[in-house]
Amino acid sequence: MSPSRGRRLGAFVFLSPGLTYLIVLLLVPLAMVLSYTVFQRGRFGGVVYEFTTENFSRLFDPLYLSVVVESLKLAGLATLIALLVGYPTAYLITRLPGRWKTVALVMIVLPFWTNFIIRVYAWIILLNGEGLINSGLEAIGLGPYELLYNQGAIVTGLVYSYLPLMVLPLYATIEKLDPQLREASANLGASGFTTFRKVTLPLTLPGVMTGSLFVFVPSLGNFVIPEMLGGGKSAMVGNLIRKEFLSARDWPFGSTLALALIAALLVLLVVQAWVARRA
Amino acid sequence: MRSSRLLHVPFWLTYVFLYAPIVVLVVMSFNSGESAYTYEGFSLKWYGELAKDERVLKGLVNTLIVATGATLIATVLGTLLAVGLARYSRSKTLEALSLMPAVLPDLVIAIGLLLFFGMIQLTLGRYSVVLAHGLFAMAFVAAVVRTRLSGTDTSLEEASRDLGAGPVTTFVKVTLPQLAPGIVAGALLAFTLSLDEFVIAFFTIGNMEQTLPIVIYSMIRFGVTPEINALAAILLLVSFTAVIAGQRLTKIGESRAQD
Amino acid sequence: MSRTRFTRRLPAAVAVAGLALAAAACGGESTNSAETATQATAAALNPNADLTKQSLAVTVWDGYTPEELQAMVKKELKIKELTVTLHETNEVAMTKLTAGGDHGIDVAFVSGQYAQALNEQGLLEPIHPELIPNLANLYPEATQLSYDKGNKYSVPYTWGTTGICYRSDLVKKKPTSWNDLLKPPAWADKKVTLMTTERWLALPALKSLGFSVNTDKDEEIAKVKEVLLAAKPHLLAFDDTTFGDKLISGEALMVEAWDGWCPTTHEKQNIEFKVPKEGSDLWVDTMVIMKSSKNKEAAHAFINYILNPEVHRWAAENINYKVPNKAAMEKVKIAPGSLLGIKPAELLNGESIIDLGQASTKFTRLSSEITAS
Repeated sequence: MSPSRGRRLGAFVFLSPGLTYLIVLLLVPLAMVLSYTVFQRGRFGGVVYEFTTENFSRLFDPLYLSVVVESLKLAGLATLIALLVGYPTAYLITRLPGRWKTVALVMIVLPFWTNFIIRVYAWIILLNGEGLINSGLEAIGLGPYELLYNQGAIVTGLVYSYLPLMVLPLYATIEKLDPQLREASANLGASGFTTFRKVTLPLTLPGVMTGSLFVFVPSLGNFVIPEMLGGGKSAMVGNLIRKEFLSARDWPFGSTLALALIAALLVLLVVQAWVARRA
Repeated sequence: MRSSRLLHVPFWLTYVFLYAPIVVLVVMSFNSGESAYTYEGFSLKWYGELAKDERVLKGLVNTLIVATGATLIATVLGTLLAVGLARYSRSKTLEALSLMPAVLPDLVIAIGLLLFFGMIQLTLGRYSVVLAHGLFAMAFVAAVVRTRLSGTDTSLEEASRDLGAGPVTTFVKVTLPQLAPGIVAGALLAFTLSLDEFVIAFFTIGNMEQTLPIVIYSMIRFGVTPEINALAAILLLVSFTAVIAGQRLTKIGESRAQD
Repeated sequence: MSRTRFTRRLPAAVAVAGLALAAAACGGESTNSAETATQATAAALNPNADLTKQSLAVTVWDGYTPEELQAMVKKELKIKELTVTLHETNEVAMTKLTAGGDHGIDVAFVSGQYAQALNEQGLLEPIHPELIPNLANLYPEATQLSYDKGNKYSVPYTWGTTGICYRSDLVKKKPTSWNDLLKPPAWADKKVTLMTTERWLALPALKSLGFSVNTDKDEEIAKVKEVLLAAKPHLLAFDDTTFGDKLISGEALMVEAWDGWCPTTHEKQNIEFKVPKEGSDLWVDTMVIMKSSKNKEAAHAFINYILNPEVHRWAAENINYKVPNKAAMEKVKIAPGSLLGIKPAELLNGESIIDLGQASTKFTRLSSEITAS
């Protein structure tokens, strides 16, 4: 077998099943949704197949821009916190002896095998004005603080929901690091932090990117946490899209908002792919 | 290493953060009140209610079937895709495409699939949700495995090919063992995400086979009862037991191997 | 070389295939587009159809019908199978029912204005009154509902109004006006909630300003926006689902609530309900039959069975919702002070919310403006 034939065969064997799946179940359905962007909402919902560009001009409404800015802020903050907490956690998991590693990993995801709503309720019970944390604080003469129904509660909820999506990719990259590299660096007199900055971090950058992406993007699209923990007082991009599709039954404009989000995501994804390759 | 002592703080913080609400949630399963939202007193009645509630138990079975199916599809296809992207392609477009399902808003995927399944006149059932969940779960597996692959030493694989092994043999004998931690992490993610997914499941499931999250969301109008907390508590207990048992077994296995 | 060619071709193929299929899909849909609003034409139904050959799929909120419904219906109507599927909100049910696929639903439980929108899109089968003799059990008022006068395509299941639900043991003064929520007194600051869903978000402000709940006038909606923006800093939250829990836990003292959702019967906490003096709405949850149903005779028989007083009273007795069924309500023991005591004539003082067509998007925008500010 010639190497080039082997490569082509390899590309076929490895890429075609997943790509077929993506084409049929992602691209075609997505194309169907996005084709609505040039049509109009029917009087009572539904789609009228008359061409219009109005959906696109509506995008430039300052209202939507303010929601985008707000969402970027909240999702960015959630990502940063998840990274700062998740990185050391993933790192320490890789340092555990073999059988504990699996236990620690499973323990990261286990809370999420319970239902989302009762987890959110649990947070409300912890954070509300009459809740556990405030009662505890009061007992030692502090508070009560407004911990719930504000942006802080949204960020807490987002970090909580997506932390495993940060830890697992980080674990997968950190795990493959050769400990000898760090030792070499230490032997050469580098401090722990220098070793981290010059050796560990650059080598685990793909994991950092993947994890951050997995926290950042779903945070933008989340609509339940802003409603239940944020008290419905702030909107994320996800709330906007949901509102257009479900409440307004304006599928054409909902699709247009989705298209705008997808365009922005593609830029992010290409940057991510670029970093993954460079590392 | 002394410096890593400092890392123990965020490590334990993570677990406290993850489990504080879980403790609350389990305590609420013993609530005598009607709601999972306010604690009113101790009672075991919700465990009894749970045992009688066919709809919830059927929902649980459907959910487990869907999550298992989706995880299988996602793990196999996602791993292949990741290897294909890392070793046999240079296209950033393909790479971005493979990540799309993980990052698109679930509602957009859900409505797309609803329209698509409608177009091809597919009768919805459990398998349509398996296909739908397999889609986004595959993206997560591919990304995690891909992350592990990037920068790994390819010399072994090249050596294998130089010795005349085809791509499949090379993959099974050389690449796969290196990838194992990534595949495990990806599969765990896939299973976890499918288990609690609501939006896509709602729009792609058949009328007979609703999954547990759909049953629970529909309770919102009359209040989600602590019955769901009781179910969660039992599931957690079973999972913890399985994990600890697994840990003990590997320990025995390891010590035998040393003898 | 060959490798690059292979991988470059793929995305193009992807795009072409995707677009071709999408175009085919659109073409297909536009021909039978529901938007042409073909006024529902009644199918010829056979009153003596063999129901044992028909199966039914019903979509409803969890807990809204008796748990034994499946067994009861199968036994009484002798139909082949009854599948009860659940939905979370009107909105998600609408999405499923209007997407054009084979949803397989025969009977749907949705609120009045959603039934209206489904009908406007030509998706509902007209009700054949001759197949539902139990329609005679309804209050005369229950045929005068503005979203569907004469119950042409929907049959009411429950009805009620929206008001202020409050902790009578904790409030310093009992609420009487929508302004008690919109401009809460100091003791209730950050202890009140309004609803999220746009039409009910606007309701308190609309009524306090003396406007119709079905207004489509821009200047009136602009005034509502001002009132709501001024109220926002004094609210605990916007909440559609857990406001009852917030009262029970004591997080909130007064909330905007649908009467059926206000936990006035709670064992431990003292909770009362008041329709503010400025007036309110009349909401109705209805049963509708999908035009796509292949089991229309069984669907009518199902609705007829629900309207049986012995069946329909269940909702009043177990989930504390008023039912528009005179024969059923006469069998229900009503405790003094219970919300079940509100008479149909009083209910009809409320304005029933109708779908405003194109103008309804104004309310979506209003709600986005309030949350985004």
